[in-house]
Amino acid sequence: MQNEVEKPKKKGTVRLFRKEYRTNEVLVGILFILPTVAFLIFTFIMPVIDVIELSFTNFSMSAGTMKNIGLENYRYLLELKEFSNLAEFWDALQENDFWASMGRTALYSLLKLTLDTGLALFFAVMLDKNVPLKRFLRSTFFAPVVVPMVASSLIWMWFYDPNVGPLNQILAFLGLPQSKWLYHESTALLSILLFSLWKGVGYNIILFLSGLQNISDSYVEAAKLDGASEWQLFWKIKFPLLRPITSFVIMMGIINSFKVFAEFNVMTPDGGPLGSTKLIVSYIYEQAFTRGRMGRASAASLLLFMVIFVLTQIQSMVNAKKTIDVE
Amino acid sequence: MKGKKIKNTTNLDRHYVAFAFLMICAVIMLFPFVWMILSSFKTTMDVYQYPPRWIPSVWNGDNYAKVFEMIPFLRYYWNSILTTVVMTALQIGISILAAYSLVHLRWPGQAVMAAIMRSSMFVPMVVTMIPMYLLVSSLGLVDTYAGIILPQITTAFTTFLLMSYFASIPQDMIDAAKLDGCGPFRIMTRVVIPNTKGAIATASMFSFLGNWKSYTWPLIITNDKMYRTLPIGLRYLQQESSMEYQVMMAAAVMTILPVLIVFVFFEKQLVRSITLTGMKS
Repeated sequence: MQNEVEKPKKKGTVRLFRKEYRTNEVLVGILFILPTVAFLIFTFIMPVIDVIELSFTNFSMSAGTMKNIGLENYRYLLELKEFSNLAEFWDALQENDFWASMGRTALYSLLKLTLDTGLALFFAVMLDKNVPLKRFLRSTFFAPVVVPMVASSLIWMWFYDPNVGPLNQILAFLGLPQSKWLYHESTALLSILLFSLWKGVGYNIILFLSGLQNISDSYVEAAKLDGASEWQLFWKIKFPLLRPITSFVIMMGIINSFKVFAEFNVMTPDGGPLGSTKLIVSYIYEQAFTRGRMGRASAASLLLFMVIFVLTQIQSMVNAKKTIDVE
Repeated sequence: MKGKKIKNTTNLDRHYVAFAFLMICAVIMLFPFVWMILSSFKTTMDVYQYPPRWIPSVWNGDNYAKVFEMIPFLRYYWNSILTTVVMTALQIGISILAAYSLVHLRWPGQAVMAAIMRSSMFVPMVVTMIPMYLLVSSLGLVDTYAGIILPQITTAFTTFLLMSYFASIPQDMIDAAKLDGCGPFRIMTRVVIPNTKGAIATASMFSFLGNWKSYTWPLIITNDKMYRTLPIGLRYLQQESSMEYQVMMAAAVMTILPVLIVFVFFEKQLVRSITLTGMKS
């Protein structure tokens, strides 16, 4: 450093922004980053600027309109009809398609996050025990993760068929009441949730399992010597040590379940019975590509982005606080 | 360490209750695959028979033949393979160059570049898809491979993954190469890439799997049947086959089985790539 200050210009170096760089590193470095810059401009920077602009217009593919309408789209999406008590407020939320879709997404995310994380943790703890055929068992939980989504949802659509589906046939055989699964507004969302748990739980099992296996034996042995039960061992030692992974799983869970689309679009292409499986991305897709209302859909997608952003910020703040507490 | 290993392999402290429970769950997890394979041979009669028939009455490949009659299945397969391979190759190639440039070279503005890349990871496709659709259609790239591939090239995640490995290469090694007269390009091809093959393979695997299951963008950007990828083709098969479940199962077998076979061979690497992304957080 000192040397460079004394001799401001060495051979093959260049001074930029008051710092010394090697000329060939600067040239090659910028050359190598150019493809990344090009794709960032076309797939990130330009679209983000465009989507913000579009959200203030009434741009419609079908009507061919393109006019600046200010905050009209946001007002349309967010405005509720008048209400004076809680019941009316609830009705107002249900009547607004955007809020209703957001609400269903929040419900789905909450259920999926809780069940998926809970089950994954439970199975990971089980698999971490000294059981025979461990590798085979782990693979069976993981297999649905790698198989293609659309192909596996075809299997489950047959499972859910009210007449010839094996689920109802098994229920009938056991003398239990049957369900309409995907074809009734009260069960459609839960049916897709069940499928997505089967499909996805293995991913988090792998994450938790690797975390459990990284826990040093000395902690476990020490706790055992102190007479800790299995239950205490888990909640007092293992679970706190898994915190970074739990936090990652929850963060990814929030992001992924708020932008879920494929399984809903395949299993219930029209938003399900009485729109009961129309989640927020399905709403945006419908507005943009079925109705051609690009402006309104852009505004909705930005609102969705804000929700995801706020949730992940809250999550990381809570996590940072807890980590300090542990220390 | 050794004592622990011996202890683990004794049968005495094995958890048989946990094992029994896990086996039941494993059967449930695998049941859909078994059902799929058996049912792909069923006749329409078998499907509608009551009490239900689990094993097909005759084993023939009619349903498989029917898939090829109803949709250009091989073409969809080809479209999926082509787009996935090209996307993965582009993503990894661009990421290697960028990671090398950011880790081993010094130029002004690196921190800003990394910050922009990091923020791009926070914006989901659903936000950018509308302007991107308008852009791609104004360029006349709807129903083309370029239209499917280019907008899906995101490299931030794989670049950061590779950067953490590139940074672990000892500086001595790079200095030695410099003394031998290697320029930045040769240091990358002779020192950095050969020493991080495993990491590049992991990143490629991660990228490949993400691209293979891609759904929303190909759905938006293809109208022409011939440019549909496998997931989109299957979705339309399902909607057009008027609930001929046994035919859908034949299509599902042909889509899922190759993946399961690859899975059996690459499970270790796959698990590794997933745990790594968990650790990276």
